Amino acid sequence: MSITYLEAIRLAQQRALADDPRVFIYGQDVGAFGGAFKATKNLAQEFPGRVIDAPISEDAIVGAAIGAAIEGMRPIIEMQFADFSTVGFNQIINHAAAFHWRTQVPCPITIRLPSGGTSGSGPFHSQSMEAIYAHYPGLIVMTPATVEDAYSMLLEAVAIDDPVIFCEHKYLYYHLKADQLPTEAMPTGKARIARSGRDMTIVAYSAMVHEALAVADELAAEGTEIEVVDLRSVKPLDTDTVMASVARTGRLLCVGEAFPWGGVTAEVIARVASEGFDLLDAPPQRLNAKDTPVPYHPNLWTVHRPTARSIAVAARKLLRQ
Amino acid sequence: MLLGRILDEKFASLYRAGKIHGGVFIGRGQEALSVAVGQSLRKGDIFAPLIRDQAGRLAFGESAVDAARTYLGSVLGPMRGRDGNVHRGRPKEGYLPMISHLGAMIPVVNGMLLARRFKGVTGVVGATCLGEGGTSTGAFHEGLNQAAVEKLPLVLIVANNQYAYSTPSARQFACRSLVDRAAGYGVEGHSLDGTDLTACLETVGEAVANARAGRGPQLVVARLLRLCGHGEHDDAGYVDLKLKQSTMGRDCLKVAEEYLLQQNWVERETLVVWRNEATQKVEEAVAKAQREPTPDPYKENWCALASRHLVEGHGADTPEPEDT
Ligand SMILES: Cc1ncc(C[n+]2csc(CCOP(=O)(O)OP(=O)(O)O)c2C)c(N)n1
Repeated sequence: MSITYLEAIRLAQQRALADDPRVFIYGQDVGAFGGAFKATKNLAQEFPGRVIDAPISEDAIVGAAIGAAIEGMRPIIEMQFADFSTVGFNQIINHAAAFHWRTQVPCPITIRLPSGGTSGSGPFHSQSMEAIYAHYPGLIVMTPATVEDAYSMLLEAVAIDDPVIFCEHKYLYYHLKADQLPTEAMPTGKARIARSGRDMTIVAYSAMVHEALAVADELAAEGTEIEVVDLRSVKPLDTDTVMASVARTGRLLCVGEAFPWGGVTAEVIARVASEGFDLLDAPPQRLNAKDTPVPYHPNLWTVHRPTARSIAVAARKLLRQ
Repeated sequence: MLLGRILDEKFASLYRAGKIHGGVFIGRGQEALSVAVGQSLRKGDIFAPLIRDQAGRLAFGESAVDAARTYLGSVLGPMRGRDGNVHRGRPKEGYLPMISHLGAMIPVVNGMLLARRFKGVTGVVGATCLGEGGTSTGAFHEGLNQAAVEKLPLVLIVANNQYAYSTPSARQFACRSLVDRAAGYGVEGHSLDGTDLTACLETVGEAVANARAGRGPQLVVARLLRLCGHGEHDDAGYVDLKLKQSTMGRDCLKVAEEYLLQQNWVERETLVVWRNEATQKVEEAVAKAQREPTPDPYKENWCALASRHLVEGHGADTPEPEDT
């Protein structure tokens, strides 16, 4: 058996629907059509009345999910693209995120964001929004990089009593495969050592983990051992695992696909610099997309976001410092 | 209309050949409505088209080459490879490049119309198109209300093509007809058969004339069926056969050609000549765009600001290429 990242997301939703009658799925074209990316294929047929097509109304979709959650349901919301979640931004950050803090009533909703860039998808179908949502207290932000995590973390997202922003990467949908689904899973909030090494730490998440692993392979051939840490969730952020890795290697490069200003990479660097300054043998570095909207043409796109090529350049530079 | 259809077909075939990056979205079955919008507008008006408006774009004055350049990512195109496919326009010419977020163009057109009012420019209209799915957005409701309150010369054209991607109209809105929304906001509403070119030209023309004459926003709702998938990746297997066989499923291009023949305004041979001419024009436009350079990431200035001195770090000192 070979399961893709996308299929893992579908199977997690199937399992959530089967295990818990409070779960329902709401989003554009998620019903009979099975979703724009087919992440809900056949679920409407299997669970009649619980996988519902929504009008093109992200603000109302999230608002309704909040209402249903208050009443004890466990909605899973599919945004057709992460980029369109901005239309529901008010409900997500002002309402869902603050609800429990204001009222002590939990707001357990899962908002799935097909995130990140793919070739040719341009400025409105490519964005990585994890940093935006992580900024707001009251939200959990998951960024699975593997098929196993896509499955187990989505199930966890549905079970958690808080609003979860689930950033699934569109590029990984078909590119990643696993032999089987996990029976036991690492909990959200723990980072994973994706590859161990002693010369340098690359912290990454989502699709960038795979670019970082490719760089680690490449540099291993030259005798450099890079440790790759996969954050798995960016909020909570597992500072302990990152710090322990930096303690072993003395060098830190943090890589993210999102825009450079602020964000996850800045947060990681800030924490390591302020709490682990004495562990560092060189200034910590970060690599992000360029500070422009995501370009349409593949020539521009491949240079706009970090890739194994640009990460390798940054890693080599850091190793020389 | 014919040129729009053939250009769309060419893009679809380039897509199938793997020569286009990203998706291709065509307007098959919606050309009559779209062309009526482009045709009713004048220089100085504002047009904010949507994905299925190739025909209207051409009628408003876009060249087939500009369309091809954007799909093929030529640096000489209006979007220079930065944005692609349907997201193109020339704002200085009143022709807006859409963002994907549905409904978002309505208040922007309102703002442009407001600005013209501030500047004392009269007799202009702003037209924007939407699908029935787009009418479910907050921006649609806020934008229509805003235009009504300000009595702006906005013409909002809704192509109710029965499906928003796979979602049938019944799951998009529950009112009898979308044109009833007009009354709720205090604007004039018009409904029409979007498969009939004559009806489109008349009704859209009337709405545009009303707006131009100062009668405030106009909502036009056309009934038709999308005769293709949502994009070229979609086989539209969810479309109801009964709808396809109904008059709504007629091909507006064939209907228009039959009408011309019936009226004895053209001979059958003329139609063939027109088709050949349009095909040749399209082939030339695509060939030209294909010869043009694609963006070079190492020459790109990676600068998102107009205030160049405020760009942080990288690229701020490289000059912006001249507008083409
Ligand atoms: C705010 C927003 N949400 C979701 C989408 C994704 N999306 C793109 S086109 C589309 C369907 C549009 O249907 P409709 O408005 O009826 O236009 P049609 O494609 O039928 O012409 C959807 C859901 C979007 N572009 N904008």
